[in-house]
Amino acid sequence: MLQSYLQKEFLTESVARRQTPGASAVICRSVTKVFGEGETQVQALRGVDLEAPYGEMSLLVGPSGCGKTTLLSVMAGILEPTSGSVTVLGQALDQLRGQALVRFRGQNIGFIFQQYNLLPALTAAENAAIPLLIQGWSRRKAVAKAKELLDAVGVGARAHALPSQLSGGQQQRVAIARALVHEPRLLICDEPTSALDGDTGHVIMDIIRRVGVGPDRAVIVVTHDSRVFEFGDRIIHMNDGRVVKTESNGSAGPRVSVNPSPAQEILTEQARQTRGRSQ
Amino acid sequence: MIWVAIQMLTGDRAKFFGIVFGIAFASLLIAQQSSIFCGLMLMTTSQIKDIQGADIWVMNPNVRFVDDLKPLSENDLYRVRGVPGVQWAVRLYKNLSRARLENGNFQQVILLGLDDSTFVGAPAEITMGSLADLRRPDAVFVDEAGYHLLWPGEPFQLGRTFEMNDRRAVIVGICKASRTFQTFPVVYTRYSQAVQFAPPERKVLSFVLAQPEPGLSPEEVAARITAQTGLKALSRNDFSWLTIHYYLQNTGIPMNFGITVILGFLVGSAIAGQTFYTFTIENLKQFGALKAMGVSNLGVVGMVLLQALVVSVLGYGIGVGLAAAFGQFTRNQSKLAFFMPWEVLGLTALAVLVIALLSSVLSVRRVLVLEPAIVFR
Ligand SMILES: Nc1ncnc2c1ncn2[C@@H]1O[C@H](COP(=O)(O)OP(=O)(O)O)[C@@H](O)[C@H]1O
Ligand SMILES: [Mg+2]
Repeated sequence: MLQSYLQKEFLTESVARRQTPGASAVICRSVTKVFGEGETQVQALRGVDLEAPYGEMSLLVGPSGCGKTTLLSVMAGILEPTSGSVTVLGQALDQLRGQALVRFRGQNIGFIFQQYNLLPALTAAENAAIPLLIQGWSRRKAVAKAKELLDAVGVGARAHALPSQLSGGQQQRVAIARALVHEPRLLICDEPTSALDGDTGHVIMDIIRRVGVGPDRAVIVVTHDSRVFEFGDRIIHMNDGRVVKTESNGSAGPRVSVNPSPAQEILTEQARQTRGRSQ
Repeated sequence: MIWVAIQMLTGDRAKFFGIVFGIAFASLLIAQQSSIFCGLMLMTTSQIKDIQGADIWVMNPNVRFVDDLKPLSENDLYRVRGVPGVQWAVRLYKNLSRARLENGNFQQVILLGLDDSTFVGAPAEITMGSLADLRRPDAVFVDEAGYHLLWPGEPFQLGRTFEMNDRRAVIVGICKASRTFQTFPVVYTRYSQAVQFAPPERKVLSFVLAQPEPGLSPEEVAARITAQTGLKALSRNDFSWLTIHYYLQNTGIPMNFGITVILGFLVGSAIAGQTFYTFTIENLKQFGALKAMGVSNLGVVGMVLLQALVVSVLGYGIGVGLAAAFGQFTRNQSKLAFFMPWEVLGLTALAVLVIALLSSVLSVRRVLVLEPAIVFR
């Protein structure tokens, strides 16, 4: 307990020290990734340079197979690049090995997947509590904290439901709560809306935006769903393993709600409007 | 995370029970078949166990097991008595005989003749009658199971007669006897009487039962007897093992049971290993998500091993429990030999451990090489 607490404190502190003001949450320099060898070799990333600033939601868009997921995996530290450097929250990933990298990921990065990836045997609240359980929290405290997050994303009432008893949109909300429960500073989402219908997709993007973005936090969303482009502060276009264009989007919706709790009213309101629109 | 691992395991009831069932089935088969095997082996020595009072058996050097009857000469008895360290030595007659019933039916019986004056080797538990009555002419004791074989469905009754070698035998007592391998009735009588129930032969002495002097071990004195007389002399324990080894080496029994045990092991491994492996493979994506979220390789391996351990312990408990219940049931209900020493429990535990290790090693390998990036696929 004490040890993991100290490690956490130390890590956070060292990350903060290395971080230069105004720097980006994620910086990629000449990142390449090659899968396989010889004949079957695939050049998934061909020298990617990009920055994802704090306080922003960056969208990574582009045609299928252009390398978005690969890039996301590299940024998340779950795939090693073939060459180039990746700096996440001031930490050069290639300087972290094994256990340290796993711990860094567990403490600083939240994940949202296209297929939710909730554990079917656990309730919504228990699922949302997993990152805290990984950090050694007691089950009771972790689940209590997870319930606060479920409230914030509007599924507090289903805290005791199993994933199979939830709709896709509800499951993705649980996944959002899980991604944020340990207050990571980088939120990484791969196609979070593509398994959902258009309206639900909007609601989900809105929640991610409101709950995930903060002054010292950043969100990166991979999507090929042009209906949700409006939510991005910047849109990074990829093609064939390269970044081809980066747009800033000044008209993106309101940002910065560090504390999730006040966001809940807005969310509930938003959800009601969305429902009204779809009827 | 221990809790998460258990939840994952028990979350899908059908799969969970499937895995536990596989291991329970394997345990049951292995424990039950081994116990029957042990029971049978023990049965081959039941007469050595039943004939109490003397710690050393002396026999013809060519005897290989307790039912292998090769006579000694009367002189051998005196030679054994002459060995230093032998406190006393008495005769034991043992042979197969044929009982002819009043209704004309025949039944093979095991005929035991006890030393006329001491009755060394007499039955320990007497249900009916008194040992002293064995001194009456033509008197015999019969064991309970044997009585039922001779007169099926009839209540115990003293005074009943049958014939052996055209001589009348009168039942003066009923006793308990461990079931023998041949399952024939056991008939006890005096040595001098037994000789008359048998066809005349030059040498009729089957065994000499001897007792070491206080303070000397049976093994030690047995070795002295062998050295001095050239006869085979064994402690009860050694004679039991000699008999068991004979059956192990010269019958198909171990082979038959060995095959069943191995089959149980294989079928159980297949069911349990297969379901557990499939279970892990189906959960690969969940493990991948956990790895992405910050569970180390050691952590996921620990989770898989814990899951394997839980199903193994449950399956083992259920399997061995069922086997023991089966043994208890058959002990009361039927004539099946069943003996479950701790070695059987150990063997079964070992087999289950191997099954669990096999299936989890395969599973763990898949989890270890698992790229957490799988969660984005
Ligand atoms: N593990 C892998 N092994 C081999 N090739 C891969 C692997 N992952 C991705 N690729 C290839 O890399 C390219 C980029 O894939 P991906 O990053 O999934 O694209 P996107 O997410 O933009 O659809 C594709 O051609 C894909 O086939
Ligand atoms: Mg993709």
